[in-house]
Amino acid sequence: MENVKIRVGDFNFYYGKAQVLKNISIDIVENKVTGIIGPSGCGKSTFLRSINRMNDTIIGARAQGRIIIDGRNIYDEDVDVVEIRRKVGMVFQKSNPFPKTIFDNVAYGLMVNGVKDKYYIQDRVEKSLRDAAIWDEVKDRLNKNAFELSGGQQQRLCIARALAVEPQIILMDEPASALDPTATLKIEELIQELKKKYTIIIVTHNMQQAARISDFTVFFMLGELIEYNITNIIFTKPAKKITEDYITGRFG
Amino acid sequence: MGHSKFKEKMVHGLFFLNGLLVVLVLVGIFILLVAKALPAFREIRLIEFLFSANWNPTATFVAPTYGILSMFVSTMAVSIGALIIAIPLGIGAAAYLSDVASSRVREIAKPVIEILAGIPSVVIGFLGIVLVGPVIAKIFHLPNGLNALNGSILLAVMALPTIISLTEDALKSVPKSFEEASLALGATYWQTLVRVKIPAAASGIIAACMLGMGRAVGETMTVLMATGCSIAMPKNFLQSVETMTSTIAIELGEVPYNTTHYYALFGIGLVLFIITFAVNMIADVVLHKHQKVLK
Ligand SMILES: Nc1ncnc2c1ncn2[C@@H]1O[C@H](COP(=O)(O)OP(=O)(O)OP(=O)(O)O)[C@@H](O)[C@H]1O
Ligand SMILES: [Mg+2]
Repeated sequence: MENVKIRVGDFNFYYGKAQVLKNISIDIVENKVTGIIGPSGCGKSTFLRSINRMNDTIIGARAQGRIIIDGRNIYDEDVDVVEIRRKVGMVFQKSNPFPKTIFDNVAYGLMVNGVKDKYYIQDRVEKSLRDAAIWDEVKDRLNKNAFELSGGQQQRLCIARALAVEPQIILMDEPASALDPTATLKIEELIQELKKKYTIIIVTHNMQQAARISDFTVFFMLGELIEYNITNIIFTKPAKKITEDYITGRFG
Repeated sequence: MGHSKFKEKMVHGLFFLNGLLVVLVLVGIFILLVAKALPAFREIRLIEFLFSANWNPTATFVAPTYGILSMFVSTMAVSIGALIIAIPLGIGAAAYLSDVASSRVREIAKPVIEILAGIPSVVIGFLGIVLVGPVIAKIFHLPNGLNALNGSILLAVMALPTIISLTEDALKSVPKSFEEASLALGATYWQTLVRVKIPAAASGIIAACMLGMGRAVGETMTVLMATGCSIAMPKNFLQSVETMTSTIAIELGEVPYNTTHYYALFGIGLVLFIITFAVNMIADVVLHKHQKVLK
């Protein structure tokens, strides 16, 4: 029934000499939300950024092992990074719209991927903004600079921008950490909507949020994968004491 | 509390005086130029001065003529030619240095560029005569290579250090998050550079190019040596030309004081002053407009 979308095997990651991820193996299920939790500095962002090879841009960073998406190891020599990043979208912790208009922000991914058809681009922009639940707020000012939007709107715009290129997987690194409760709720509802079409991996520091929105939860510590299970089990009867201590807030 | 407030006021006052001094000097130069240039127009009609291409102030058997149009066009042609060469090279080099180059390459390139900026213009002009000139002559089968193209190439070399280092600064100041957002959408490195980083750094890059332009318009020695110095309306870049700065430099030393010719040379100076002032003003306006958009 459940399809494995991403298969990570014996994955290690180094910044220079420092090993940040140790022997990670995990199967991520298609069309589900997988939450990643763990103390600060344990390697959550690094793991997320390994899945779209965003870490390639960091000098001295080195990956070892396999991350297989749809049967293909994305760290193979002959893999086209650009193609992977199109398939694996990313939403960053701090919203980062381009200093362009709202329309151009969403259209950007289509344009750089060679889409020329104006009507198709218009359609996709509207559809993406609708999917990101921000259409009604911006439909009258698509030609205004994206920086005029509020923080929460900017983050939903960034989600729309990621959706526009029709990825299959969406990586979210604490997408709601800079937002107020109302905006956060909006994003959470949005994620529930999005998982019908996308496979979502989300990093969060907020235990309630992880419990609310994710189907599976992964617990990381000091670069190791400590526990991985259905969210309900992780939060009610975790197999390891240390997981329970973290979830109940008994340590950092 | 009262003491530090006093100090602050002092510093403010100092900066104000500083600014005032600069403005005063600028206004002083302007007034001097105007005062020295005005007498020329007792004998020359302004229209003729600006829009005639005949410059022959030392004519003996016919009436002398004082039209600066060909020098003006020469100055513009040589400067714009220099920018056409220098801007793509400068942006390319800056992008390479800021993103692609290894730290070792950067460590070597930076001081080299600074040294390039410090080469006296006479030396660059000399290179124009012994190196660039012969090469141009050979390529285009000309008797000599002292022409507008030569001047443009040399001015481009002189403008490059400014353009490279200021553009590199501007590119470096573009937040990394823009770059990451672009790459994460499946953009290549070049698409990211052209569509995100350069537009985001545009204000800095425009400022860099304007400064380069300012230097090119005002540069004297190099163009004097490399462009062949014959006053004529330039029809193409392979023709010898004489810029406004060259004319002033050549003729001011020999002209009798307080003649119409003498005053007319100050008139040219005034036109140069107005051009550079306008270029800077336009750059400033563009810059502010852009910064507003960015915010
Ligand atoms: N660019 C980098 N260069 C060197 N070391 C890095 C780099 N980025 C992260 N690290 C180190 O790698 C480790 C894991 O960092 P990472 O950002 O993945 O943690 P995280 O779990 O996302 O933390 P947080 O919850 O605070 O976001 C940390 O010790 C961090 O200092
Ligand atoms: Mg992180």
